[in-house]
This record gives sequence, structure tokens and C-alpha cells, in this order.
Amino acid sequence: MQVRCFNALLMALLVAPFTTMAADYVPLPGGRFMSVLPADGVAAPAQIAPFRLRREPVTNTEFLAFVKLHPQWRRDQVPVVFADSRYVSHWASANMLGPQALPRQPVTRISWFAAEAYCESEGARLPTWYEWEYAAAASASQPDARADPAWREHVLAWYGRPSTTPLPPIGGPPNFYGVSDINDLVWEWVEDFNALLVSNDSRVQGDPDVLKFCGAGAISLQQRENYATLMRIAMLSALKATDTTNNMGFRCAKSK
Amino acid sequence: MKIRAKTLVCTALFLLTANAAWCAELPPDSIYQLHITLTNQDGKSIPLDEHRGKPQLVSMFYTSCTMVCPMITDTLKATRGAIGNPASDRVNVLVVSFDPDRDDASSLHRYAETHKLDLSHWTLARAEPGDVRRLAALLGLQYRKLPDGDFNHSSELVLLDTEGRIVARSTTIGRTDPAFLAAVRKAAGAP
Repeated sequence: MQVRCFNALLMALLVAPFTTMAADYVPLPGGRFMSVLPADGVAAPAQIAPFRLRREPVTNTEFLAFVKLHPQWRRDQVPVVFADSRYVSHWASANMLGPQALPRQPVTRISWFAAEAYCESEGARLPTWYEWEYAAAASASQPDARADPAWREHVLAWYGRPSTTPLPPIGGPPNFYGVSDINDLVWEWVEDFNALLVSNDSRVQGDPDVLKFCGAGAISLQQRENYATLMRIAMLSALKATDTTNNMGFRCAKSK
Repeated sequence: MKIRAKTLVCTALFLLTANAAWCAELPPDSIYQLHITLTNQDGKSIPLDEHRGKPQLVSMFYTSCTMVCPMITDTLKATRGAIGNPASDRVNVLVVSFDPDRDDASSLHRYAETHKLDLSHWTLARAEPGDVRRLAALLGLQYRKLPDGDFNHSSELVLLDTEGRIVARSTTIGRTDPAFLAAVRKAAGAP
């Protein structure tokens, strides 16, 4: 009996650090980056300060732990102004995952406000679009693989996956920066999701409706083949901050 | 047992006046659910729900925006003017800056003076960048900082009721919008 107790205690001590491990962030150097979206709306590259990005999207388990610590984000308590009625609706209850939400699947049906709040709880924030696009441009071997047809094929293949297939868990191979599951698991929120196509220049007078989303004209010609990235921008631009979507999750970032 | 001061005050108010709107729970669709602090043109810290209890016209701008933003403030002025007294006395205006890095209390105050804003009803404010992003998201406004420090942004007037719920909005800038005016009149209890 004593030996069994001792063994159990030993096992608990060995396992404990792994179950309570803090989320892993990797450093990315940033720098000059030719985004699909020119920084000035014409041709300027983005200037990205060095930052850190979560290796993996946030999982169901992690989000559940957050909700238990911050009950104002439970689906039965959150005000509708911060999340729509489908917010984590696939969970068995407000504080229980259940069979439709496996522990290591990325958490989905998350509003932007909820994603923001989670990142804040981790001492982090949502990545900006430029940070996300830059991190996602990497393949396993190249920091910027966007000209590589194999990379484009891989990214596009994800869009072709029927949404009825079960969401895979995290744990895919890391890219050049050590970031995993960024192009082939879930759509991901970014901090400035709703600003990507705004082109209502403050210096221009005119019909606000016409000017409001003129950004599409400003997408650089060189990157027009990058259909996969353009799809992301179109998707993000169509969302409201309260929207929750089946295949949309998030990961967090930290400024250096 | 720990009793919050607010609970004591509210209980007293309710017993005395049966009118404790301030104490009532915020509706779930109120933007005042966002508990952020703003700094106004006088450098004073105010909560977002400072004027809960009065309908508010809300928009966003920045002081170095030279074309559309003055038009936004002019349209807000014209809207209040069009509903006339005493109704316009019952409606406040809140305009929050997209540009907290450059807009501080003094630049907000200068803007108010230049545009002759009636500070007994107007508040110009700044907030921390993360709070600005959240407020814009709640109001349905988009903005994007350009490399030269200017912003691309949408321009809308948003009408909040006394409890902070969005009840009307208008993208009409440069003249008053009849449908929006009707909503503002209604919110202000004007005939």
C-alpha cells in the first residue's frame, strides 16, 4: 500500500508540470514585409516590430480554464454585446466541454471580444493582421514561402476541406518560426480584423458608402495570385466583433 | 457581511424615490457593458457610462483629421440644432479619438475651442489603444493607421438610448439625415 502511494505521488509530481505548463510563445524578428495589403493603401510594405506568437491556437481545454477563472465570459453570463448566441455553443454546458469539443481541438465559436479577453488573461493580445500574415507566410524551411507553389497548394487545400469533417487537434509540424497549425486548422482572429479594407481616407470628401470599402482596389498586383491570403482578408472583413464561427479560433501575440 | 456602497445608496434611493434607474442592471446589449475609462478634453477621467441616463450621439475622430472629421462634428452640431430646444438639451455628444498617441487633453480642448463646441453637452475624449479598438468594435466603426500617422476610417453617427443601447445610426455626413433625426427626436422625448 505504501509503495503504491509513493508511486502515485511520484507520477503526480512528474506529470504536474506538464499539465500546468504555460502557453508557448516563439519569437519572430519582423521587419519589412510585402503584405497583400499595402500599408499606405498603395504600395508600401508593412514594418513589423519584433514580436512573439503563440506556437499553437488556443484549445478547448485552455479556454475552459479561462472561463472558469473569469465567469463573466461563460456563455450563460456573457452580455450579447460581446458574443452572439452561438458562442461556444458546441460545448456540453457553460463550464463543461463534452464530446463535441475535444480538449486539444482549437476552441472555435469564439467572438473577437472573447478572444481578446483570453489573450489579455495570458498577458498577451491578438496579433495584428500583418503579424499574422507574416508568420503564416513561412513554410517548414523558408521564412517567406509565398512564391512557392507547393506552399500555396498546401494552404489552398485547407479551404477545400469539407466543414463536416471533425476539427483536428493541435500538434501539427512547426513552420520556419516554430509556429504550428497556422494555415491548415482554423480561421484566426486578428486585432484589426475590421480595418483591413477600409479606404475612407480622411483627406477625401465624398459619398461615404462608396468610399467605405474601396480597399480592394488597393491590393497589390504582385500578390493577386495569393488567393488563399485574399480569402482570409475577405472572411475577416465580413465579420463583426460579436460573430462566432464554426471554424474560427485564435492565437495570441506579445510585443517584444 | 460586506455591503457595497452602491447597494446601500441604491436601496436608499429606491425606498425614497422608487426611481433608481442608475442602479438598474445594464441591459445585455448596452455598450456601457464595456467598462473602460476615458480622458476628456479637460484631462478628467470619466467612465464610458458617464452620461448613462441621457441619450447620446457618439462618433469617433481624431484632431489632426482635416476633412471628414470636422464634417462629422458639423453634422453632429446640425443634428442637435435641428431637434431644437428643449429636446437638444436632453441629448449629449461623445466623440472619441482613434489616435490616442497624438490626441491628449490639450489637443482635444483646442479642437473643441476651434470648432466652438458647447462643452456643457459635448465630450471629446481619448482612451488607451486597446480600449479604442474595443469601443470601435462595439460601435461598428472601422479604422486603420497609415504609415504617415493618418487614419483610414469609417464615419458614422451612432445614437445610444439612455441605457447605452444603439438605437440608430447614420452614414450621412455633411447634412442631417431625416430618418436619423427622427430617431434622435424620439430618444430625446421631442414631439
